[in-house]
Formats: sequence, structure tokens, C-alpha cells
Amino acid sequence: MYKLIINGKSIEAPDGATILETARRAGIRIPTLCFLEKREPIGACRVCLVEVAGARTLMAACSTPVTNGMDIKTNSPRVRAARRQVVELLLSEHDGNCQICDRNQDCELQALASELGIREIAYEGEKAKAKIDDSTPALVRDNSKCIKCRRCVTVCSQVQGVGALHPQGRGFDTVIGPAFTLNLDGVACVQCGQCAAVCPVGAISERSHVEAVWKALEDPKKTVIVQTAPAIRAALGECFGCEPGTRVTGKMTAALRQLGFNGVFDTNFTADLTIMEEGTELLTRLKKALVDGEKVPLPMFTSCSPGWINFAEYYYPEFLPNLSTCKSPQQMFGAVAKTYYAQKIGVKPEDMTVVSIMPCTAKKFECQREEMNDSGARDVDYVLTTRELGRMIKEAGIDFMSLEDEKMDAPLGLGSGAADIFANTGGVMEAALRTAYEIVTGRQLPMENLHVKPVAGLEGIKEASVVITGTVPAWSFLEGVEVKLAVAHGLANVRRLLESIKRGEKSYHFIEIMTCPGGCIGGGGQPRMTDDSVRLKRIGAIYSEDESKALRKSHENDAVQQLYKEFLGAPLGEKSHHLLHTHYKHKPAL
Amino acid sequence: MAENAACCACSESLSEEETARQLEEILEEYRDKPGGLIPALQIAQSRFGYLSETVLKKISAAFNKPYSEVAGVVSFYSFFSTVPRGKYLVRACLGTACYVRGGKAVLSALKKELGIDVGQTTEDRLFSLDVGRCFGACGLAPVIMVNDDVHQRVKPSKVGELLKAYAAGEKGDAQ
Ligand code: SF4
Ligand code: SF4
Ligand code: SF4
Ligand code: FES
Repeated sequence: MYKLIINGKSIEAPDGATILETARRAGIRIPTLCFLEKREPIGACRVCLVEVAGARTLMAACSTPVTNGMDIKTNSPRVRAARRQVVELLLSEHDGNCQICDRNQDCELQALASELGIREIAYEGEKAKAKIDDSTPALVRDNSKCIKCRRCVTVCSQVQGVGALHPQGRGFDTVIGPAFTLNLDGVACVQCGQCAAVCPVGAISERSHVEAVWKALEDPKKTVIVQTAPAIRAALGECFGCEPGTRVTGKMTAALRQLGFNGVFDTNFTADLTIMEEGTELLTRLKKALVDGEKVPLPMFTSCSPGWINFAEYYYPEFLPNLSTCKSPQQMFGAVAKTYYAQKIGVKPEDMTVVSIMPCTAKKFECQREEMNDSGARDVDYVLTTRELGRMIKEAGIDFMSLEDEKMDAPLGLGSGAADIFANTGGVMEAALRTAYEIVTGRQLPMENLHVKPVAGLEGIKEASVVITGTVPAWSFLEGVEVKLAVAHGLANVRRLLESIKRGEKSYHFIEIMTCPGGCIGGGGQPRMTDDSVRLKRIGAIYSEDESKALRKSHENDAVQQLYKEFLGAPLGEKSHHLLHTHYKHKPAL
Repeated sequence: MAENAACCACSESLSEEETARQLEEILEEYRDKPGGLIPALQIAQSRFGYLSETVLKKISAAFNKPYSEVAGVVSFYSFFSTVPRGKYLVRACLGTACYVRGGKAVLSALKKELGIDVGQTTEDRLFSLDVGRCFGACGLAPVIMVNDDVHQRVKPSKVGELLKAYAAGEKGDAQ
């Protein structure tokens, strides 16, 4: 332990702690731009400068370790002047146009300029030229807004293991982006949007579908329905100043109705449907392997996360046969809505518009895949991120916080608690176990409060195993079998897991993969900034949402059972196969 | 260094298989060496005259590095080129002496005359343009080099003539 002084206050800090960490722990704010939690500081932006007694120059708090007896000032006039200079320099090169910028009011540079009281820019800098890259379905890049903080580079390489963005060129002409002057579609980007989630400014954003959705809502010929992913209800409140982890399911439903949607539904409905299909698929694969001695691709991987699908298609084609053939819940919803539900209400699929609210940018990519037109029209028309929905609610002048809670519509608005937890890393696994265990043994999953503790939480790769005993006759071949499970989130962790399987060090039956750290609650379309403390709060909110329900198992969702009875037949049946399942293709990594 | 080799190599381009074979050799030697990426790029550049997209993608794959990262390295160092070099590499010196004595004006004249920017090659693949940092002839600044020929006390107004002589030589004999 070191003893030191910050702003006149005595503070203790462990060996190796940085000034920034120490100050934050003591509740002292030091502004940062390039710093990213849990990653090596790169010291690129210099806005975290502090004054250390005895040191000639100001020090970058993010990368300077504390030493015994240090006397630090984080907010002296000298520090403020230096910070102001740093930010003024950034602004002098920045093509600022805050009023019409996507990040207006949600921008770290703007906030910092305001915090530092900058009223004029003393330098005349050469502005970077605007070059808009809208080559991909999910993201738009605008280099003229980029402040070269490199957070996106760190996230894309270290958290996602992709490395689509790197500094190109040198000096003033350095551009942060894909190879040379290529657009994002020229490299193997998986469209996860984690870069957009960490970018402090408006240099990377989701491709907006807001205007298209307004237009559909105004079109009298269209029946416009909306589905909401489980992760939204634990995060949307943040767009309106709520603490992270505030559940706003009822208000969100009310707001969507006020926006004019003709049906407000839940992706949870098709998350439950996914469990029925995917659970049956897994048990069928296990049966083929254990009883018929067939060679089937195991482990089976979940397929709900479109960034992961892209990742496997680019980088791990050898595992494509292992992916569950189930479409994601978003796409199942579109396919069911434009067939089953459209018939029910007597609307032609082409007159129906399906909008999804997703925590994810890769969902924008997914909905335009050519495989996703099985209803006869495009199954999902538009995808709005949580942030975009927040913006629409504000634009419509809705006072979100004063809305009364409302309930979603039947029948596609019914979802179980098992579906809620699809939002968390480990949640799909837990939901699948709640159902599969009960099918196989006729008994409830014997775990406290139905939670599978070993696969919950923020650890990058998690493992669990379940020994099956007391099977019902139909599944007696599973008697005594130890089913081995793994869960990974954040694609760099996924890479590690896949490599260990390839080397033969690890073997499993079933693996849940989510692209984003923490799962969907940490998706690339969620309110900024998402750090671990925010992730944990949203995860907690999702578990309480689950626990607050009487219906906590997917196979007990009556509306889903009715769908099978009236329309689909049985899981993995002919109709399911056509509407709810898909295939994957190897894409050469560019 | 690499530039001279580049100019010799590019007059006769290698067949695809030959390029692949030679590249494999280079990768064999460097792929497992720590810090082997830059040497591998340098050798590939001097063998093939430039680093094509195909070559770069193979190098990225061999080093298990994303294409964007390798591209970042290549675009950071001015001695790498991703376009085939022209028959004549024209380099304008921007070292201190040349800079002070009008090197920049000479460079502008070259750009205008050739219709290309630094690092680019004319469409007829005759000229590539680059800048240098002192060719050791400061007394006679500003200096430009065309392949191995040094031209001293170059006047911006005379640049056109100078280049024409090379272009004419090209037409007359194949060197
Ligand atoms: S990125 Fe931030 S500072 Fe720049 S124009 Fe947008 S809101 Fe303003
Ligand atoms: S979307 Fe994901 S993969 Fe693509 S550049 Fe951003 S972080 Fe990298
Ligand atoms: S795009 Fe955004 S995150 Fe990336 S370097 Fe530029 S400002 Fe930073
Ligand atoms: S946050 Fe410390 S240098 Fe950027």
C-alpha cells in the first residue's frame, strides 16, 4: 500500500495502481478520452493530465502509476489550462457541427468542451475532410469527426479479436479505419458495433433506420408492428437519465404505443420459440450421437447472435456445421409475424412492416441477409437500436418518465422469464437447461431459483456440466450422461475457446456464444458508455425481471404452444424447418 | 535501398506462380520470427517491386494479423509502395537545404507536370513520384533524382523538359 495525497486529501493505493484509478476510487473525477477500462492505457489524448509536485511536466493520469508520498493536483489552474489547450487543439481540427450531429448531447468531446468552459478556439487548424463510409448495413463512419483516440482500435482487436480498424498512414494524415483507404465492407468486420459503442464522438454510429420507421408509421396502407429484445427494457431508461439497471418494460410499451405501432410485441415470444427449436435440435443431435452412433457435429453452438454468425462465417468455417440452424429470435419473430400473425389479422405480408428494437447493430445486418425472406417478404424490415428508439421517443415529445406502465399485446407479446435472460451472457444456456432438463427428466432443473450460477457473470469463458439422472423412458439413453457446457462472450474470448477446442484440449456438448461483452445488455446499440459496472447493473435488472414472473420456462409459454398447435406443428417440423431455420456460408476473411 | 531493386524488378513482372513461390519462401523464413513482419514486407517489396493486395493478404494470413493492421504498417512507412512503381522513380529532395532553396516549388512543378501526387504512379507506368530527405548534394540544391541520376539546381520551370527527355528516351530505346 502506498500513501499519497490527491487534492490535499490523504489516500491509500495499492502498488501498481495508476493515478486515474486511485482518483476514481476516491471519487475524484479526471476527464479522459482515450482511456478504456481494463485495457492498457495508450496515452494518446492527454486530457487526463494532472500536476504532480516535484515533476517538471504534467503527467497523464491514465498511464502514470502512483508512488509513495506523491502529491497530486487534478484540478489546479495549470492543469485546467493544459486540458483546455488539448481540447482546443482537438476542436481546431474537428469538423464540429454539433447541432446536426448524431452525437449532439451524447458526445464526450462536446461535454468536455463545456466542462472546461471553452468559449473560443485559439488555433486555426486544418480540418479533416468529411469522408462518409456507409458501405455496410449496420454502421456509418465519418472520419472528419474522429479525434484519433483509438478506442475503437483497442476494442475491435482486443475485445472482439477482429482487428478491422487500425491507424493508417502517419502524422496529421493518419486515419483510423480499415486497411489503407478501404471502406468497412472491404475488411472482415462482423458489424457488432462495439466500436460505435466506445467512440467518444460521432465518428462511428449505427446506420439509422429512424426516418424509414417514421415513414412506415405514417403510411396508412401499412400495419406496423414492433418487437422489443429483452435487453432494451434494462437499458432504455438510461436515455432518459435513469440509473443503469432501471427496468422500464411498462413505460417502453406505453411509449411504443404512443409512437403509433399497431402491435407492441416481445422478442421474448420467439426467444421461447428458439428454446423449443434449439433444445429439440440439441437433444436430437445427442440422440444421433449416443444412440445411433452417427457422426453429428458437436458441440452445438447457439446461433442467436448475428455478430458471432459473421465471425464464424469469416474466421471459423470449420465450425459452421456445429452452429444451430435456428434463426435468431429477431428473425423467427419476423417470419412468424408475417405468416401466422398476418393470417390471423387478415393482412398480407407485404402490407405488414416489422420493426425490431435491438441492443445490437449486427441485427441491422442480419435482417437484410438474403436467407431472411422466408415469409415471402423481408421478414424484418427495420431495426432500431436502443439509442435510436430513445431518440424517436424524444422527437415525438413523449415525456417518458411520466408514462404509466402498459402491457404488451397478445399473442406475440407473451414471453417467459427464461426469454428475458437471453439478454445476459449465460442466459440462453440457462433458459435451454430449464427446458431441456425438464423434458428429459420430467423434473424441474434442480438449481436454486432456477439459476445456473457457474455460467452467470462477466468471466469471459465459463464452463458447467450437468449429470443427467432419473430420465423419463423416451430419453433413457441420456441416463448418467455428463453434459458439458460452455459459455463465451466477447469475440476475443470466443476465439480462445474455439482454439482450445481445435487443439483438442477441451470438449463440450453445447456452447452459448454472444458477440458482445456481457451479452446483449452490452450490445453495440445500447446507451453509452457501457462499462463493467453498467453491465452488472443491467444483468441484475434482467434477472429480477425474470424472477418477477410466474412464467419462467419457455416450454410453459402458452402462446408458443398455441402457435405449434395452430400453425407450426412440432419443433423441427416441416413448417418450422422452412420458417425458423437457416444455413450459413463461408465468407473469405478479406 | 529497396527502391533501386524495385525499379529493376518491375520492368519485368513475375508470373503469378513465381510470385507465389517466392513469397512462400519469404514467409517460410520470417513467419515465426518475432518482429518478422517488417523484414518480410521489405523483402517482398524489393522482390516484387511493390506490395500488391494479393501479396499483402497472404502476408497478413501468414502472420496471423488482420489485413487492416498490416495495411497500417505498410502505410506508415513511406518506403513501402502498394502500386507498381513506374519505370522512372522521380524523387524530389525536401531536406533542409533543398527545402530552403525551393525544393517545395520543384515538387509542386513535378506534381503538376506528371498529374500525380507523392506516392503515385502515372497511368502509363512511366513515372512514380516520391520525396527524399537529402541525397547528399546540398551545395547544389534543389536536387531531384530520377532513378540513379542526380539533377542539381533544378528550376521548377525546367522540370517539364527534364521529364520529357526521359519519356523520349523511353520511346527511342528500351534501355
Ligand atoms: S462529434 Fe461531438 S463535438 Fe463533434 S460535432 Fe458531433 S457532437 Fe459536436
Ligand atoms: S463493428 Fe465490430 S468488428 Fe466491425 S469494426 Fe466495429 S468493433 Fe470491429
Ligand atoms: S473513430 Fe471514434 S473511437 Fe475510433 S479513433 Fe476515432 S474518435 Fe476514437
Ligand atoms: S485518457 Fe490519459 S492520455 Fe487519454
